[in-house]
Amino acid sequence: MANADCIVIEGSNMAECHPVGFQWVMEAKRRGAKVFHVDPRFTRTSAVADSWLAIRAGSDIAFLGGLINYVLTNERDFRDYVVAYTNASTIVGEDFADTEDLGGVFSGFDPETRSYDQASWQYEGGVAPAAAGKREQPTSKGDHSASRGEQHGSGGAGIGIAHADVKRDPTLSDPRCVYQVLKRHFSRYTPEMVEEVCGITPAQFHEVAEAICANSGRERTTAFIYSVGWTHHTVGVQYIRTASILQLLLGNIGRPGGGVLALRGHASIQGSTDIPTLYNLLPGYLPMPHAGVDDDLADYIDNNSADAGFWGHMDAYTVSLLRAWWGDAATAGNDWCWDYLPRITGDHSTYQSVLGMIDGWCKGYFVVGENPATGTANGRLQRAGLVNLDWLVVRDMTEIETAAFWHDSPEIESGEIRSADIGTEVFFLPAAAHTEKNGSFTNTARMLQWHHKAVEPGGDARSDLWFYFHLGRIIRGKLSAAPGAPADRDRPLLDLTWDYPTEGPLNEPSAEAVLAEINGFGPDGPLSSYTAMRADGSTSGGCWIYTGVYADGVNQAARRKPTWEQTWVAPEWGWAWPANRRILYNRASADPDGRPWSERKRYLWWDEGEGKWVGEDVADFKATMRPDYQPPDGATAEDALPGTAPFVMQADGMGWLYAPNGLVDGPMPTHYEPHESPVANPLYAQQASPTRQIFERKDNPSNPPTSPEYPYVFTTYRLTEHHTAGGMSRTLEYLSELQPEFFIEVSPDLAAERGLVNAGWATVVTARSAVEARVLVTERMQPLRVGGRVVHQVGVPYHWGWRGLSVGDAGNDLLVAALDANVHIPEAKVGTCDVVAGRRPRGPGLRGMVEAKAARARPAPEADSTGERGAGG
Amino acid sequence: MTLLAGGSGGGGAGGYGSQERMGFFTDTSVCIGCKACEVACKEWNDVPADGLNFLGTSYDNTGALGADTWRHVAFIEQPDGGAGGAEGAGVGGMRWLMSSDVCKHCTSAACLEVCPTGALFRTEFGTVVVQEDICNGCGYCVPACPFGVIDQREGDGRVWKCTLCYDRLRGAQKPACAQACPTESIVFGPLDQLREQARGRVEDLHTAGCDSARLYGADPADGVGGFGAFFLLLDEPETYGLPPDPVSTTRDLGAMWKAAAAAAGSLVAMAALAAFPGRRRRGR
Amino acid sequence: MPRAERSMVPDATPTSYYGHPILKAPVWKWPIPTYLFTGGLAAGTALVGAGAHAGGNRLLARRASLGTLGAVAVSGGLLVKDLGRPSRFHHMLRVVKPTSPMSVGTWIFSAFSAAAGATAGAELLAGRGKRSRRGARALGGAGLGRPAGRGLWPALAGAGHLATAGLAPALATYTGVLLADTAVPAWHGARHELPFVFAGGAAASGGALGVLLAGGGPGPSERGARPRRLAVAGSILEVGAGQVMRRRLGELGEPYHQGVAAILSRGSHVATLVGGAALAGAGAFGAGVFGAGTTGRGARRLDVAGSAFILAGAALERFAVFHAGRQSASDPKYVVGPQRRRLVPSAAPA
Ligand SMILES: Nc1nc2c(c(=O)[nH]1)N[C@H]1C(S)=C(S)[C@@H](COP(=O)(O)OP(=O)(O)OC[C@H]3O[C@@H](n4cnc5c(=O)[nH]c(N)nc54)[C@H](O)[C@@H]3O)O[C@H]1N2
Ligand SMILES: Nc1nc2c(c(=O)[nH]1)N[C@H]1C(S)=C(S)[C@@H](COP(=O)(O)OP(=O)(O)OC[C@H]3O[C@@H](n4cnc5c(=O)[nH]c(N)nc54)[C@H](O)[C@@H]3O)O[C@H]1N2
Ligand code: SF4
Ligand code: SF4
Ligand code: SF4
Ligand code: SF4
Ligand code: SF4
Ligand SMILES: [Mo]
Repeated sequence: MANADCIVIEGSNMAECHPVGFQWVMEAKRRGAKVFHVDPRFTRTSAVADSWLAIRAGSDIAFLGGLINYVLTNERDFRDYVVAYTNASTIVGEDFADTEDLGGVFSGFDPETRSYDQASWQYEGGVAPAAAGKREQPTSKGDHSASRGEQHGSGGAGIGIAHADVKRDPTLSDPRCVYQVLKRHFSRYTPEMVEEVCGITPAQFHEVAEAICANSGRERTTAFIYSVGWTHHTVGVQYIRTASILQLLLGNIGRPGGGVLALRGHASIQGSTDIPTLYNLLPGYLPMPHAGVDDDLADYIDNNSADAGFWGHMDAYTVSLLRAWWGDAATAGNDWCWDYLPRITGDHSTYQSVLGMIDGWCKGYFVVGENPATGTANGRLQRAGLVNLDWLVVRDMTEIETAAFWHDSPEIESGEIRSADIGTEVFFLPAAAHTEKNGSFTNTARMLQWHHKAVEPGGDARSDLWFYFHLGRIIRGKLSAAPGAPADRDRPLLDLTWDYPTEGPLNEPSAEAVLAEINGFGPDGPLSSYTAMRADGSTSGGCWIYTGVYADGVNQAARRKPTWEQTWVAPEWGWAWPANRRILYNRASADPDGRPWSERKRYLWWDEGEGKWVGEDVADFKATMRPDYQPPDGATAEDALPGTAPFVMQADGMGWLYAPNGLVDGPMPTHYEPHESPVANPLYAQQASPTRQIFERKDNPSNPPTSPEYPYVFTTYRLTEHHTAGGMSRTLEYLSELQPEFFIEVSPDLAAERGLVNAGWATVVTARSAVEARVLVTERMQPLRVGGRVVHQVGVPYHWGWRGLSVGDAGNDLLVAALDANVHIPEAKVGTCDVVAGRRPRGPGLRGMVEAKAARARPAPEADSTGERGAGG
Repeated sequence: MTLLAGGSGGGGAGGYGSQERMGFFTDTSVCIGCKACEVACKEWNDVPADGLNFLGTSYDNTGALGADTWRHVAFIEQPDGGAGGAEGAGVGGMRWLMSSDVCKHCTSAACLEVCPTGALFRTEFGTVVVQEDICNGCGYCVPACPFGVIDQREGDGRVWKCTLCYDRLRGAQKPACAQACPTESIVFGPLDQLREQARGRVEDLHTAGCDSARLYGADPADGVGGFGAFFLLLDEPETYGLPPDPVSTTRDLGAMWKAAAAAAGSLVAMAALAAFPGRRRRGR
Repeated sequence: MPRAERSMVPDATPTSYYGHPILKAPVWKWPIPTYLFTGGLAAGTALVGAGAHAGGNRLLARRASLGTLGAVAVSGGLLVKDLGRPSRFHHMLRVVKPTSPMSVGTWIFSAFSAAAGATAGAELLAGRGKRSRRGARALGGAGLGRPAGRGLWPALAGAGHLATAGLAPALATYTGVLLADTAVPAWHGARHELPFVFAGGAAASGGALGVLLAGGGPGPSERGARPRRLAVAGSILEVGAGQVMRRRLGELGEPYHQGVAAILSRGSHVATLVGGAALAGAGAFGAGVFGAGTTGRGARRLDVAGSAFILAGAALERFAVFHAGRQSASDPKYVVGPQRRRLVPSAAPA
């Protein structure tokens, strides 16, 4: 980041939410970089940026699409890079039809299921339709596509499109080459259209467009930084795709000071996707097996591995994983215990579970390190689930709202529910904090850093590792003590390698032993690289991308060599996956011949004398692979990619400007309005994303688009002073005093329109609920002219709840659950609402107010605009 | 009983022996208002919480420095971008200034000079520190400070303020606030070096077109003999709640005693006149 | 609303941070302004005692010495009250610090207290021998006995009067420095006048107490004449210096016309002037200006009333000064305005 010449922070309030990482932005600025902040609000990030662009929440694809259009129409792309390293020249199949031609949907759309058949999106030739179909189309056996968006999160899918099989036009003139397809797709995203959609003036647009173009190319690089301001949308994944396309066109991927940098959230949220807490992934982004599809290991590998690139070794990664989990019980004879793995049958994401609780089929719930009663969109829905459970286990440091729902909640306050009527048995188990246990954090830069226990946990508090280890130990003890031979269904538990050494007065399992298991072992001890993994059972490893973190039997994550004792890349501080590589796809930092694009931006280069790649980082590919290497016939995996293919996780080795597969909502980003929007989509007849996941139920009502009852846009976000759902900050006096009360931010104009007074009270109303908050009237919120009218935006920090020192209503009670179809993330960043002065009604009056308004907003059946505007609504 | 020199004057604040005078350069142009300094200070020094008060003054809910707030981050919203060129201005020239205030550790520290007990003293680092076991809560230092820094703690009676982390300095550690500051807005170091660095920074900012950058308290010739903790500001000091031209009150102490002597003289004269009036009649 | 604090060229309405005070207002509560009064009273009374002693008015000398001691005792009590615990006062005696008016004042006050105690003791002992052997009765009859004659105790009493009177001017005026040596605009700005105001107040209140202690008495040689003159002169100085101070403060004098300070200020001046006039009147009665037919009783009434007014006036003036100071410290404009003008003299308001 510090090496960037221009930084666009968009969809992130980096200074407030990542203040420590933000030092590198300040460092870049000190070195002369220009910093832009594109955000609906003027935040503490905007305050130190060179320029702030106010944008309407939910409209970034139009803005970024405008930038893509600007780059393409003015031919400002880094042509050498684009031709060599992206799929710009690749020819797209004849069957593909664009949103431009189909009123806002791509070819293959089925309005019935509101999903795509992606066959028509494929490249010309080279694609075995059966293979593509097997992997990416919804099968008759369930909604598999919905659960597949996240797969291969470390690099994107690459299937059936091996480098050698693809047709190209290096002149980029073929009308069906990706470059031309892209150009047509974004041709209407003009500066004027950007203004119409986003509220960004052409002058501001040009300032950014010129800055990023001027700061890209051989000599310079531009970085994009985003966070959940981009992901919390029904089209969140496509936001990031848009930025990736732009950065590929400008040649800013794989080079120092470039990139599309995701700032992850909780301290180790990156770690918890690498070794996931997600239902559809196994460690290292191996997909979770699907029932009836991945019946045996061979099917699974066949379905999911790629012919070229590093996914070509999926069998080795998978077998090593099974060996790590089941040890000697996993043999070639029993398919490495493949059948011990559970199978998924479709979407089992969090909202499905919550609806299952309400509908009565989900009966038990572990809540570990989460506070959904206040922290998740549509809080009422979450609490409606909790009251309907048989049992609930909450492991947390204090009795958070989710643990206290049965005696302290808005529904109990309003009299809707009485404690006596709730049957849920609640187990609250005190959890140890990170200071009370050893372990690693994986940060936003994929870097693992070890933290050492400072104190023993107090009272009954125990680490999560302790809890799960001893829970497993006790269950296994009970199962093996049961009379008779163990049942087959118990074997997966009984055969687990569950022999971690314990230490200290509390019998804490050794976290380092777990790390060693994740790293994996070979015949000669700890593995030092995933390239050493084999599919023959001779190696084990709990997460292939982490292999190397325990190389030489040393905890590499615990390294803390100061910067001034090593190079600027600081490879000996912590350990980054994969292979301690600090910049991914770093082959792109050199030109096709292996020379740095420029001295200023040199990073890795081919040293003919030494016969290998040298430079600042660990090469992304075999260090001895010549730049002019051409794969021989029959080569597989990484050997099937030429020496000029930087994107080693893709089967074609190219950066994708157009994604023939991997996404369920389209091969190219398209501006759709948010699920709830005060304006009609100026670009397409299709109002909102046709594939967005919505739950049309009484307990999850939506504000109709363009409804005058809910004229304002609101967005939810964080403050430096608090942490997420508040359990870790609203309970602490030093933090609570800094932001003591729930407040909303409004512009002076909106305040005047609604009679709001600074430091007074206001009530925000949606179809879900109404919450009251103190008012901060500030010029930092500015009304925008959008679609020919003024749009006011309301800022709602979402940290509050009713327990702890600083208490208040929860912003999440305002939101509807409407999700991105790829990753099932709710659209927390934008909704519509009304704001009225004063406090909200107490008791039954609250529901009365909310429901009366919702009834007024409900369109008469014949005037249902949603049907006419496309599927969903 | 000891006879204490005032502890004032440049020499007194220069540190002792080989120990250089240490201080802060707070560069508000890079402050991101994260308040990590406020929290780190409280954590390290065990400063009590200040209460939950929503002030409606931008993101500032602490209000001011005080007995229970030794670092205070000010937030100033300027829709017109402020005077003298808007650094970080976007739509409509909006500017949001943030600045972390702290005790200035004045060269001529009025608080120290007026303290009747010697509780306030000049450390070997040239900083100004209250000895909590000696302070008797007389409160004299409170109105003496030209910045409104030092204050009495309710229910305790004694006064409290930034110690420039005297304990950490003695342990060769950075002050907690500087350690926590993510953007190096708070720079700790030998004062001479900091002044040098600050001048360079102002030049850089001016070159970058930010004409409003200026130093506050870096001049040893100012009314308090220069601050041990000085600032780079982007607007007039009073915008941040700082006095534009602070003067140590004791600079005028000589004149005050002269006035008192004259007044005392007038009192003697009155008494004399009353006792021996010109047309005095015989008393009993 | 958190609107921007607009930065602008310095002018008569200086900017501030949400109108928050820049300075911390003095944390002192009522004991301190009360002490300003009782300290001045003690000083003034000491002067009365010394004058009486010198003039041979033994009775008044003794009564004044006891009055001084009383005022000193109350003062000491007030200081301890302000600190919270007696032990905290001892910390003051750790050091002698010339740069601290409070330290200097503490030593002045301590020396004065010692002298006042000694004087009062000597006066009592000097008067005791002939009347009573019992201390309690001596105390009970204090002021009623015959004046002391020759001997050790009377000599000591004389020395004591001299010492207390010698320290009294310092005690009466150091408090002016005490307040002025702060950043409080209305105090620091009045550093040239405050000692005079307090000197005047000390003389006025000491004189007034002297008048009361002297007791009634007709005729040209009545016992209260000297203290009365002191009180009248003190009143004139107090009010005169006070007026000069308020005027010379300029903008910083505004707090005297605002809020509590305004009420106290007006009350003080009215009381002092009325009291001064009454005493002057009483003096005129006593001097037979209005003819021999005027009764001593009328003069005595005037004396008592006038003294009470003067005492009240002196007390009120201390509270007025105290509150005006607090008010000036709490409004940032009194900090910013003058400093701005100092920096940019051309910005001075027309
Ligand atoms: N102090 C603090 N730090 C945190 C956290 C915390 O709670 N407190 N949480 C951590 C976690 S879990 C996460 S995920 C990260 C999140 O980090 P961020 O994503 O930076 O946090 P948010 O405040 O949720 O949202 C960022 C910004 O997105 C803007 N925004 C909203 N909608 C849109 C939009 O449509 N387009 C654009 N361009 N911007 C939009 C909001 O105004 C907001 O300023 O922070 C992490 N860091
Ligand atoms: N409206 C709206 N909603 C949002 C967002 C938004 O921007 N807007 N952001 C979303 C995002 S990005 C996130 S990440 C979520 C966060 O939402 P949650 O994860 O629900 O909220 P947290 O408060 O972070 O909950 C974490 C809990 O873990 C506890 N904890 C901390 N350490 C440990 C530990 O070691 N063990 C155990 N067992 N517990 C521990 C903490 O005390 C805390 O209560 O909120 C989401 N919801
Ligand atoms: S809380 Fe932790 S992860 Fe977040 S910015 Fe601070 S140091 Fe970094
Ligand atoms: S700023 Fe105030 S408290 Fe700090 S040293 Fe100076 S006078 Fe003393
Ligand atoms: S309050 Fe304490 S530190 Fe302040 S002047 Fe009095 S004794 Fe000194
Ligand atoms: S130097 Fe220490 S005491 Fe002073 S503000 Fe910083 S952390 Fe607090
Ligand atoms: S820690 Fe640094 S950046 Fe954060 S508020 Fe304090 S001075 Fe500003
Ligand atoms: Mo997050």
